[in-house]
Amino acid sequence: MADERVWLTAEDVAEIVTILEGSPFNQLDLRTTRFRLRVAREQAGEATGEWSQAWDWAEGAALPGAAASTTAVAAAVTEDTSDGLVRVAAALPGTFYRAPQPGAPAFVEPGDTVTAETVVGIVETMKLMNPVYAGVAGTVDSIPAANAVMVAAGTALVRIRQA
Amino acid sequence: MIRRLFIANRGEIAVRVLRTAQRLGITTIAGVSAADRHSLVAKLADEVALIGPAPSSESYLNVAAVTAAATAARADAVHPGYGFLSENASFAQALAAAGITFVGPSLESLAAMGDKLRARSVAMEAGLPVVPGGEAATREQARERAAITGYPLLIKAVAGGGGRGMKRVDDPAQLETQIDLAMSEALAAFGDSRIYVERFIARGRHVEVQVLGDGQRALHLGSRDCSIQRRFQKLVEEAPAPGIPADRHEALLSAAVRLAEHLGYRGAGTVEFLVDAETFDFFFLEMNVRLQVEHPVTEAITGIDLVEQQLLVAEGLPLGWRQDQIVLRGHAMEVRLNAEDWQQGFRPSPGQVKSARWPAGPGVRVDSHLTGPGEVPPYYDSLAGKLIVYGADRAAALARLATALPTIELEGLATTRDLHRRIAADPRFVAGGVDTRFFDGFLEQPARG
Repeated sequence: MADERVWLTAEDVAEIVTILEGSPFNQLDLRTTRFRLRVAREQAGEATGEWSQAWDWAEGAALPGAAASTTAVAAAVTEDTSDGLVRVAAALPGTFYRAPQPGAPAFVEPGDTVTAETVVGIVETMKLMNPVYAGVAGTVDSIPAANAVMVAAGTALVRIRQA
Repeated sequence: MIRRLFIANRGEIAVRVLRTAQRLGITTIAGVSAADRHSLVAKLADEVALIGPAPSSESYLNVAAVTAAATAARADAVHPGYGFLSENASFAQALAAAGITFVGPSLESLAAMGDKLRARSVAMEAGLPVVPGGEAATREQARERAAITGYPLLIKAVAGGGGRGMKRVDDPAQLETQIDLAMSEALAAFGDSRIYVERFIARGRHVEVQVLGDGQRALHLGSRDCSIQRRFQKLVEEAPAPGIPADRHEALLSAAVRLAEHLGYRGAGTVEFLVDAETFDFFFLEMNVRLQVEHPVTEAITGIDLVEQQLLVAEGLPLGWRQDQIVLRGHAMEVRLNAEDWQQGFRPSPGQVKSARWPAGPGVRVDSHLTGPGEVPPYYDSLAGKLIVYGADRAAALARLATALPTIELEGLATTRDLHRRIAADPRFVAGGVDTRFFDGFLEQPARG
């Protein structure tokens, strides 16, 4: 239904940039079932230091086979750290889980190869399971966060050496 | 009350219209061609209706197909966007017959402004100055007109718009060839071969005024300058038009309102003027009775959503403002990012967009259907998106434009990004108030800045 849809306007994106600018983060990766928005500070090339936006839209509810849900989920923030590693941090406060359920193998272990789309963990916030994506391609260096403990927003969960 | 809006367009403007409609709680139906089934508007719309095959003559330009699709979708209104059927009187008529609201002006306004010769005489009735010229039905008549107006002159299509079918003639020896060309182009593009001849004003600026009317009252939302054009196609637009003395600017704005009120105009429209870059004398050119590609710069300096106003007026509501309540604040610029290889003669560059990156931040707005992976099909125009920047003044807007442009990256397409970077760095553009000759010889100059 039209009125359930949440739009991010140009003003909203500008506000996200303003918030990021006042934070230590260089990148925001926001996923809902409808879209993925990446806001990032350019790290190389002529646009270095400038903020950019990139969107990915899911096939809509109006087309066959597409999900109609509009529940917002997930968000992961990644940041370059001084040692050349990318830190995948919790976007929301919540409980970090390394595996999809108790007893199951962990999503990733140090040494594993990941792509930007690889799920490296889950943060449970307000009864919502938010997958945490690597956001970058590379190799898992370490997993500083312990399993099944409460983490604050911004806590480093996984460190990745970028490919 | 509009509850179900059919969007009879594609690309960035379809997404633009959809956004406002969804914000207002209106159910949106995207009317798409087979080539656009997986386009962004199809992903975002509440419902999708297939109009027809990819070629626009069989889909977006097909009055019967669009009307049938809108009827089948139980739409109570159709937004035509710009181009395609947006100024087509028979389309408005077909919708009226089907009991569907056309989000656009009355049939009378469409007829009066759609015929450029009639538009000239209506403008003269309303007391607006026009460029010397007139109809030239035959070569003989064209020669007679040319003898009166003098050279250089412009040949234009009576049914034309958007710069198509326009020819500049500098030399009497070229006249007949250019007449033949213009007539055949006009016939192909508009199904009407009639042309007219107008004096070409060399140091002219293209300045236009955004108007809004409810059928009774009209008001203006300030000016836009669109002088940076290549072959009569706009590349960069800004609001307000810079460097025009206040009294002339005010006269221009009130002339536009006068025409809109004379027409009893209902909807959003644009009155285009040619402004002499030295004397600031102005002449009525034409009125576009639809939303313009460059409307976001006006939205930026007024804070008014023009699509929302179009929908409200189409519902029969009176304008919600008086002129003195419209505040023009700051300065905005828009660049049209086209999928063209500008270094290879502006060759179209259709294809898959693997990934897209656009600037973000305060004072930055991106209107595009290619904000992520997507496609530029080979069937339609090359507009891939628009970057709109806003600043407290012209210098601030320009600075924002210069820093935002390098961020744009549409992987897989050639675009006009770097052309815009050159324009943004050009001292004449930085100074402001360039005339339409700006682009002549521009590409031959060494890059500056």
